Amino acid sequence: MRDIDTEQIEIELLLEALYRAYGYDFRSYARASIERRTRQFLSRKGIKTVSEMIGKVLREKDLSSQLAQYFSIPVTEMFRDPFVFRAVREQVVPLLRTWPHFKVWCAGCATGEEVYSLAILLQEEDIYERATIYATDFNDVSLDSAKEGVYSMEKIREATINYQHAGGRRSFADYYMARYDAVVMDNRLKERITFANHNLATDGVFAETHLIFCRNVLIYFDRDLQNRALRLYTDSLVHGGFLCLGTKENLQFTEVTDLYRTINGKAKIYRKWEM
Amino acid sequence: MGDVEHSRFVPKVPLSIAGAAKRWNAVAIGASAGGGGALRTILSLLPGDYALPILIAQHLHPDDNGGFAENLARDVSLPVTSACDKQVIQAGHIYVAPANYHMLVERNGYIALTTDEKVNWSRPSIDVLFESAAYAWREKLIALILSGANSDGTEGLRTIKKLGGIALAQDPGTTEYPAMPWSAINAGVVDEILTLHEIGQRLTELVG
Repeated sequence: MRDIDTEQIEIELLLEALYRAYGYDFRSYARASIERRTRQFLSRKGIKTVSEMIGKVLREKDLSSQLAQYFSIPVTEMFRDPFVFRAVREQVVPLLRTWPHFKVWCAGCATGEEVYSLAILLQEEDIYERATIYATDFNDVSLDSAKEGVYSMEKIREATINYQHAGGRRSFADYYMARYDAVVMDNRLKERITFANHNLATDGVFAETHLIFCRNVLIYFDRDLQNRALRLYTDSLVHGGFLCLGTKENLQFTEVTDLYRTINGKAKIYRKWEM
Repeated sequence: MGDVEHSRFVPKVPLSIAGAAKRWNAVAIGASAGGGGALRTILSLLPGDYALPILIAQHLHPDDNGGFAENLARDVSLPVTSACDKQVIQAGHIYVAPANYHMLVERNGYIALTTDEKVNWSRPSIDVLFESAAYAWREKLIALILSGANSDGTEGLRTIKKLGGIALAQDPGTTEYPAMPWSAINAGVVDEILTLHEIGQRLTELVG
């Protein structure tokens, strides 16, 4: 057997070990990316083979949580794809206004950049007070930093440009306080946000919602897990509720495609519309 | 060495793989500064019924939003798409990694995108595409590195060579920015150094 065939089996066993010993479930994650990160983790730790790592992971809890963390490094930015946020302002907000109260679910919120972007948008549209926002992630380390809302100056510079392109109406500096070489997001943005641990691979629906934001999360899942997450969203959304995916994600070819209308094909904004 | 049929384009480094005897599954191309024009030239030289899928990681401005792929589509007869996640890879189609995403290949023949951290200050990164393509297609992969001002792609080519694929590089003397092909050549991971015109012909005859 070639080394790479051996390695493929080893990585499957590693994922199984992580799940059975600690409950971390990466078995249905997109495999190419998991394999890449496994190889990188190995070389960082100076471990020669995946088999050797399986033994270590099973015996060293600390190493296993490091690996799980490494598998779920979140990379998001505020107002990523500014045109999407413009589309939300123009095509989603007017309908959100028609509900006296509405719930937003930011699924897989990672370190919180997207949920703060949404909070800012809703404030500027003057409907923030009517919103309840759930920001969920399965990674507690990410979730803690999302709650803190502390970001580097570098991230804020990038965010400021995105914010302006996204149709922002104020100075972005109104939304944070500078602290040495970092900033902390304004507490008023956090008032309506509930941060909670939720795992799209294993947990169920917890609320009825009107808008679900889940951008660039499904790309990390295989088709089965994508469908599972999409079924959760569909169960959670009210009739007429909105689903916003990443610009390179697609409802086409998924189990739920018939249950949605496309509101904006480029921004990947869909509306649940059961006949 | 010694494959007479291909001696017309005498490689400047030893040719380690006898081209026509193999069946190829895909072409992966890495390009950066100055790569747009080079890509246009090469892809226009390919026949309209080209038998392999072509995957391209071209460093793009994060705001590109598909414009690069649309422009390329205008100049090339093969269908060009800015790749989507989980898109099935089809022969004769050109897939361009979208700006601000890494593009990877899954073994069962579809595209996977990630928003992982930048690699070599780049997203998409050529190394990320090349490495995953190497694992997916192994000795059936043709890789090509074009003009660029950095060294992205060299590590990916190393993996491709390790797993048995073939590596072509644009002749640095014909590039706008020679650093990227030079980096790969100096690392000893390139099989053939060719001009754009020669690359077009080589890609055609390898699958012919």
